[in-house]
Amino acid sequence: MENQSARAKSDLSLLAPVLAEYAPQKGSLITILQHAQDIYGYLPADVLFHIAEQTGTTPAKVMGVATFYTQFRFQPVGKYLIQLCDGTACHVNGSAQIAEAIRQHLHIENGGTTADGLFSLNIVACLGCCSLSPVMTVNDDSYGALTPEKAVAILDGLRAKEAAV
Amino acid sequence: MSIRIAVGQGSCGIAAGAAKVFAALEQQLAGSAVSLGTVGCIGMCWLEPIVDLYEDNRLAARLVRICPDDAARIAEAARTGDLSGIAGLTISAEDSRFLEQQTRIALRNCGIIDPNSLESARAAGGYAALEAVLTGKGMTPEEVIACIKVSGLAGRGGAGFPTWFKWNAARQSPGDEKYLICNADEGDPGAFMDRAVIESDPHTLIEGMLIGAYAIGAKEAVVYVRAEYPLAIRRLSHAIDEAKAAGLIGQHILGTDFSCEFRIKAGAGAFVCGEETALIESLEGQRGMPRLKPPFPAAAGYWQKPSNINNVETFANVAWIIQHGGEAFAAMGTEGSKGTKVFALTGKIQRSGLVEIPMGMTLREVIFGIGGGVRDGRQFKAVQLGGPSGGCVPAELLDTVIDYKELSATGAIMGSGGMVVMDDTTCMVSMAKFFLDFTAKESCGKCVHCRIGTKRMQEILDRIVSGDGKPEDLDLLEELCLAVRDGALCGLGQTAPNPVLTALRYFRPEFEAHTAVEKRCPAHACAALLQYEIDAEKCRGCTACARKCPVGAIAGNVRQPHTIDKNQCIRCGACFAACRFDAVSRL
Repeated sequence: MENQSARAKSDLSLLAPVLAEYAPQKGSLITILQHAQDIYGYLPADVLFHIAEQTGTTPAKVMGVATFYTQFRFQPVGKYLIQLCDGTACHVNGSAQIAEAIRQHLHIENGGTTADGLFSLNIVACLGCCSLSPVMTVNDDSYGALTPEKAVAILDGLRAKEAAV
Repeated sequence: MSIRIAVGQGSCGIAAGAAKVFAALEQQLAGSAVSLGTVGCIGMCWLEPIVDLYEDNRLAARLVRICPDDAARIAEAARTGDLSGIAGLTISAEDSRFLEQQTRIALRNCGIIDPNSLESARAAGGYAALEAVLTGKGMTPEEVIACIKVSGLAGRGGAGFPTWFKWNAARQSPGDEKYLICNADEGDPGAFMDRAVIESDPHTLIEGMLIGAYAIGAKEAVVYVRAEYPLAIRRLSHAIDEAKAAGLIGQHILGTDFSCEFRIKAGAGAFVCGEETALIESLEGQRGMPRLKPPFPAAAGYWQKPSNINNVETFANVAWIIQHGGEAFAAMGTEGSKGTKVFALTGKIQRSGLVEIPMGMTLREVIFGIGGGVRDGRQFKAVQLGGPSGGCVPAELLDTVIDYKELSATGAIMGSGGMVVMDDTTCMVSMAKFFLDFTAKESCGKCVHCRIGTKRMQEILDRIVSGDGKPEDLDLLEELCLAVRDGALCGLGQTAPNPVLTALRYFRPEFEAHTAVEKRCPAHACAALLQYEIDAEKCRGCTACARKCPVGAIAGNVRQPHTIDKNQCIRCGACFAACRFDAVSRL
């Protein structure tokens, strides 16, 4: 995690192709931010300043847009991003118990990342898999019909996989 | 006889394991002549993963709850044509009735065609309506709008505004530069029909949008999709590429003078962007805050140009209406609500999935007839319609007819079609709080009523579920609801009080139990209001509860009845869950 400390300078050249394509198109700020987050994993402050400069707007405007949308993060996330759904169907089917089990198991709060940088937990609104509720996604994989035990077993499985590497 | 296998791979199916089933089948079928393909979501989510076997183009067997271990048996049956070996995997007659009772228009191809194949879409009649509009005798834009007017199609995103009227207004607006926008920012928790349409039949959406663009005179179409729907975005962009290559999108579509470019814009997570002017702000790269109306988007929308915005399901009906005529669509439904509507049936329901039915059916017919009623043998308590903008309809109103007006009369709304069933273990106060938590978080902050009003309402509800509520809180809550409803700028704020108002209207005694002196939660859901007791008669002294109690509040010797120290108890419920003798009771 050393290279992600607040003082570290991001490699802005990675963003050059994105800016070359989208900066001239009006209304593309959100698209640029999405690409930037794909590249850096989150939106570091120096990247936000760079985007403002390159798109001819103010850092305040860029920050205002970025903070409006829940998709954007301003801190690095763990290798596995857990998105636990708390939509209506998941809620009535017990997502709160799943959240509690994950919090206790990983010792993190909503929005937090484990000390080893492996897991981050985000409780999100509907993921649209309501009929499999309660649901969570870990990176690109979805897991449905969760119970507290099943959720913990999934996380343990991922941790074991990491330990084996 | 040739057998074709189709694996349902919508997001739900994949989450249930369909991709693994597909991989296992692929391995088993290697080198055989049996073709294996992907289809989208048939909407029978509780049976996922689903594998369909087609003989020529007839469905020969629908296999449900398939796991990768079944692949060998299925492959064998497909190779030999002898289906007796997989009889045990076939859908039951009772479950089949889920589909048989539906009338599918918007979902007509979902789960049947390959969403990644233009050829498959065209074989199912895709783009025939567009051809009818643009080529041969053709239809003028005015004729298209007239046909939609006859159909009575209304906005399926929730507002229920007549589609023809919006199209006509955008058409009449002066200017050459016009935009057609599809709202696929399906943010209502509990609704997923738009995701299913895009993932399962993206060409129907494209075709509906092209016809709409032609009708209003737009040369550019944009689909604003939720970022949380990555698979939908992938399939839609593939479909756009294929349609472009086939001359169905771009310049001189089908060799005519009509040209229209397509673009996808991924949203970034903000519920308020479902409001059309907020969506436009977001498309322009701004914070998604609603604009004051008028001017309406039809006059000054995207980049201040005439724009028309419709929801995915609305567009998914358009091609069918053009092909079958507006009268055929209008023949279904009620006096004020025409055609069909898709509902996402979820929650404590036996059969959960997508249901498309003609307007005019009752809630009871959908929930009990099609959905099979409440699961686990519990009691039906309420159904939540319309998500955070809607409300809860209680059991005594189950015979309410599905119609925009009739549903609004209950205090709920048709909304985008989320239907979340709740049983007697659901606390209506905490449900009201759940929705308020959502809208308070999603309020964009532009107007005072929504920004501060929802926050204050949330605080009152918080107080009530934590056992600090006072009887007079209920009147204050109601007063705030009415003020927010009347004072908020956009639909999000104006409808945010609905879940609370309907809960108060139909379940007031439950609120009163929470705020009365003894502070009780009748559904046993609000942890802070519960008290746990051990029944000395039933307790065997197994010590299971005492060992589970995180604060050591349970005392007792082995094989002797235990007791809970109420002053130490943190009401976590661990003892209740641990007891195997039903000796721990919640009050």
